[in-house]
Amino acid sequence: MIRLRDIAKVYPMGNRELEVLRGVNLHVKQGEMVAIMGPSGSGKTTMLNLIGCLDVPTSGSYYLENREVSCLSRGELAQVRANKIGFIFQSYNLLPQLSALANVELGMKYAGGIDSEKAMTALARVGLSGRANHKPSELSGGEQQRVSIARALVKNPPLILADEPTGNLDSHTSEEIMAMLTTLHNEQNNTLVMITHEADIAHYCQHIIHFKDGQIEWEEAV
Amino acid sequence: MKKWLEPLANAWQGARTHKLRSSLTILGIVIGVAAVIALMSIGRGVQAGILSNIESLGSNLITITPAMSYERGGVMGASSVATLTLEDAAAISEQVSRVIAVAPYSSSNQQLVYGSENVNAQIIGVTPEYQAAYNLETAEGAFISEYNYDSGAKVTVIGASVAEELFSGVDPVGQKVRMGTSIITVMGVLESKGSSMMGSTDDAVLIPLSTLQQTFSQQRTSTGEHIVSTIAITVSEQGQADYVVGEVTDLLRSRHRLASGEDDDFSIRSMEELVSTITEISGTLTLFLGAIAAISLLVGGIGVMNIMLVSVVERTREIGIRKALGARERDIWSQFLTESALLSFTGGLIGVAVGWGASKIISGVGIMGSEMTTVVSADIVILALAVSVGIGLLFGFLPARRAAQLNPIEALRYE
Ligand SMILES: Nc1ncnc2c1ncn2[C@@H]1O[C@H](COP(=O)(O)OP(=O)(O)O)[C@@H](O)[C@H]1O
Ligand SMILES: [Mg+2]
Repeated sequence: MIRLRDIAKVYPMGNRELEVLRGVNLHVKQGEMVAIMGPSGSGKTTMLNLIGCLDVPTSGSYYLENREVSCLSRGELAQVRANKIGFIFQSYNLLPQLSALANVELGMKYAGGIDSEKAMTALARVGLSGRANHKPSELSGGEQQRVSIARALVKNPPLILADEPTGNLDSHTSEEIMAMLTTLHNEQNNTLVMITHEADIAHYCQHIIHFKDGQIEWEEAV
Repeated sequence: MKKWLEPLANAWQGARTHKLRSSLTILGIVIGVAAVIALMSIGRGVQAGILSNIESLGSNLITITPAMSYERGGVMGASSVATLTLEDAAAISEQVSRVIAVAPYSSSNQQLVYGSENVNAQIIGVTPEYQAAYNLETAEGAFISEYNYDSGAKVTVIGASVAEELFSGVDPVGQKVRMGTSIITVMGVLESKGSSMMGSTDDAVLIPLSTLQQTFSQQRTSTGEHIVSTIAITVSEQGQADYVVGEVTDLLRSRHRLASGEDDDFSIRSMEELVSTITEISGTLTLFLGAIAAISLLVGGIGVMNIMLVSVVERTREIGIRKALGARERDIWSQFLTESALLSFTGGLIGVAVGWGASKIISGVGIMGSEMTTVVSADIVILALAVSVGIGLLFGFLPARRAAQLNPIEALRYE
């Protein structure tokens, strides 16, 4: 599903260069649920952004579903994001002016078009059918994250990426969200890559990657 | 929702999120478009007014006057030499076709006295054809007849204003007035036509040309022909003026024995020519007024750009989210362009309504006391709307490009 070869990412910092990723090699199989752990600033988000085609590596190659995407144009990357990838962010990133339903619909807008019935179904699956017309500001953090999960899943993409999805939530809500993600992942059989700080959250996953200083320190399969 | 409506609905949603800001943006366009509509309606109104004035005088009219001759030898100025005669007029009516009426006339300034009232008037000596040439109708009495003319009758037909001034309260027809040293009977009063830039027939005092020549001036040329100051001709149909002007010019040149190199000793002007000149001038004036108003539209457009730039910065995170969800650059482009075009189109619509209202008020109230007709025509409205959408697209271009080119990661991190 995902294959990274010698991926490096360098940010220019004034006259010096900041090496954020240095030679990352990774293989994620289709249908896996992967957790990435590691200290803050170790380059986890940078790597997830590369996997999510939001950014391109400075060197190295990246194959997604056996297709090299590290050499695609910006327009082609946008197409890959639209059709293959669903994002879940730590800070939810819902559009404040739109209702929960419209936010979910936005997940389909650039991937073939809006289907309101499907969006309602997705909201129902995260248990929010009663909140379809609520604005994000009228929802709790956990509910907002559920809307954003519905938004990521509504187009049924092969790959779901989540950057600290429970980072802003209390432990009880975190467990609810993780249970929901696990259930949905098992139902839809897509690949899920998730960054997290908490070991008990990571243990929902079969494949845990430990990151340090822009490199994979060690991997474990549960 | 229909597919093509969706971007419009989204743009509307975007504009509604910031009601005050959107309204202020729209206001700039409203003022610009309203100014264009109002000013151009004034221009069109002035043009229509002048043309209808000419129409009432008869747009088939051709007038011939003696040419201005510029005296050499120091004295600045021009004077006209009397070169036109009754006999010229007779020759025209006999020899030139496509002519309905040929009306030679002369004038003389005289004092008119009735009881204690007296006015200084320009007395015009006319033939019966004068009525047809200038589209005149009598409100009371009759116009000067063939018989009056042949007999040199001491009768007059006066304009409505003259009748008012001299005979307030008295029926003018049948009254006798003193004109210079003669006593003359009023035989008719002309229907009022209002004033025009060509002078008003309401101020006219008409007597038979024969009477004028016998009573006040008996000018003749060296060959014994009777001098007149002007010859008016009515052409049978619109569009024949050029033909008649050519024929008359040839005829008069041969009658006045002008050699082929010599300038005409008369000047000949057709209303048709005048109408086209006036149409051209007032069209230019209208465009000029529109161009001045368009400057305010331009300022409105810059306002749109300003607001859209602010809006792009403010919605950086939204743009990042949309890009993460797979929006291509052109999706972001069209989102912002649709929004700015919608804003300025809405402004354009309101502006048309305001401008139309303003032009109605102007035509009702007038400007600085003088009457003013205004004409709002469909072409101006369509143009103004098209221009306002164009302005939205033009000035939305830069902000939309900025939005489309945002780096998704940086946009997502933007607070
Ligand atoms: N656009 C950027 N320009 C410069 N430095 C960056 C940029 N993005 C990330 N970094 C730096 O790269 C390092 C890794 O960041 P990140 O991948 O967000 O770490 P993590 O998610 O593991 O906490 C940090 O030191 C950060 O400051
Ligand atoms: Mg991070």
